[in-house]
Amino acid sequence: MRVQEKIIESLLWLSAAITILITISIVWVLLSESVLFFSEVSLVRFLTEKEWTPLFADKKFGILPLVAGTFLTTVIAIAVALPIGLTIAIYLNEYAHARFKTYIKPLLEVLATIPTVVYGFFALTVVTPFLQSFIPGLAGFNALSAGIVMGIMIIPMISSLSEDAISAVPRSLREAAYGMGSTRLQTAFGVMVPAASSGILVSVILAISRAVGETMIVAIAAGQQPRLTLNPFVPIETITTYIVQVSLGDVPHGSLEYRTIFAAGMTLFVFTFILNNLSFWIKKKYQEKYD
Amino acid sequence: MKKPSKLEAINLDAYYGDFHALKSINVAMEEKAVTAFIGPSGCGKSTFLRTFNRMNDYIDGFRIDGQILLDGRDIYANDVQVDELRKEVGMVFQKPNPFPKSIFENVVYGLRIQGIKDKKILQETCEKSLRQAAIWDEVKDKLDKSALALSGGQQQRLCIARALAIQPSVILMDEPASALDPISSAKIEELIYELKKDYTIVIVTHNMQQAGRVSDYTAFFYMGELVEYAKTKTMFTSPHDTRTQNYITGRFG
Ligand SMILES: Nc1ncnc2c1ncn2[C@@H]1O[C@H](COP(=O)(O)OP(=O)(O)OP(=O)(O)O)[C@@H](O)[C@H]1O
Ligand SMILES: [Mg+2]
Repeated sequence: MRVQEKIIESLLWLSAAITILITISIVWVLLSESVLFFSEVSLVRFLTEKEWTPLFADKKFGILPLVAGTFLTTVIAIAVALPIGLTIAIYLNEYAHARFKTYIKPLLEVLATIPTVVYGFFALTVVTPFLQSFIPGLAGFNALSAGIVMGIMIIPMISSLSEDAISAVPRSLREAAYGMGSTRLQTAFGVMVPAASSGILVSVILAISRAVGETMIVAIAAGQQPRLTLNPFVPIETITTYIVQVSLGDVPHGSLEYRTIFAAGMTLFVFTFILNNLSFWIKKKYQEKYD
Repeated sequence: MKKPSKLEAINLDAYYGDFHALKSINVAMEEKAVTAFIGPSGCGKSTFLRTFNRMNDYIDGFRIDGQILLDGRDIYANDVQVDELRKEVGMVFQKPNPFPKSIFENVVYGLRIQGIKDKKILQETCEKSLRQAAIWDEVKDKLDKSALALSGGQQQRLCIARALAIQPSVILMDEPASALDPISSAKIEELIYELKKDYTIVIVTHNMQQAGRVSDYTAFFYMGELVEYAKTKTMFTSPHDTRTQNYITGRFG
């Protein structure tokens, strides 16, 4: 009996240790390769140059075009997912019957389980041609369709987490609002959403973090042309797609070109690390408020 | 001379699904008087109280038979707008439930949802309501601070101020002082005494002394039935029904 418990305990410990070890080694590889990269290309160049052409003869190492591409697709995705996701969350909470809610929630979450490749092809072969029918200047590869489809993909993330946040608001607040003569709409937007705002914010941050890290959809539908622009109609490249592009190419290991993906990866890591910590911090504050 | 009745229930039955929660209740409540609902836990006091502002509408399976009249009009009639009704019939809950907003925003919430933006009106109403609720002196210097930072008793008076701000004619109170300390509780009682000059008040309470102190009329409920309804003095000195007598002397419930 005791031996058995000891074994289980050490297995649990081991799996925790392995997880931490893997994380540490990833960060270590990222860091050490990035250090080598930055010994050849200064951080100032990396952050200020306006072009990213490490694979060309005339090499430029400005990360900004990739950051701009990532930023652009993420903003579009959130612009799609936040209003829709929030509307769904409010609908489920304030209007839908409890029975309907138990069916629709898992159904929505199916959206999140579709492979991203499928989303990518959907963006390229359905959304882009559709958008082209009324945006004549739209390129075949563009940030817009990729962003929109990415937004669709993260709707369940926002709706589900926001719904949790809204239903965690004490019932007494809803009654207070109704008791004052609020309509359902006024109750939802004037009381429930503000009271759940920190939880909703967390859902948005996690969604941003997801969008920033999304690879397949942008790789397929947004083109692979690093470009410092906020124009959603032209091909762009994001940090993640660049990493895929180089990893799949025939760049020799250990070369400067090869190390660019670690510098890019490091940048990505910094972004998502900040976002995740932000959401963690907000969540902690928010829990204190209701306990 | 008898004042006209403000609220009236006529042959009211209420059901939660199959459960018969209120059984043919007939009662008429006088304007600008305090009526107390007493009775053992689960007898239907809150259910009855909540029919007056249709707060039960959101409960799945809840339905009523019969009529509730406010100033002689049936509030369950098809043409009645529930949100309009609730501006006429305000409610204060057992647990103080201020919004997580500033004190000022809490008080003017009811005006804001009516689309009133005029700063002067909002400020005047805020001060007036807070004074009426006897909490102005305690909060006048921190109107922009969060309402959640107030004590429970202060929060409850703030909720009363919030209800007063939209000038209802009826105020429903469901055990408004039961979650409060004796001093805050006494303040709420004083307040009710003041408010009845202008408002018709219906209060649910488990505290017999409180019912005796604040109310003009008392209704005793037992298992969904209205057993006895009379002037509070009469009820407490010479109850008709033995069940009432047992209850108010503390023999059960
Ligand atoms: N949402 C509901 N669904 C089903 N039954 C309910 C619901 N709310 C109340 N009831 C039942 O209706 C009856 C009356 O409840 P009500 O809350 O009106 O009692 P009360 O007199 O206010 O009690 P208390 O003094 O404990 O507040 C109880 O038997 C209760 O179980
Ligand atoms: Mg009750």
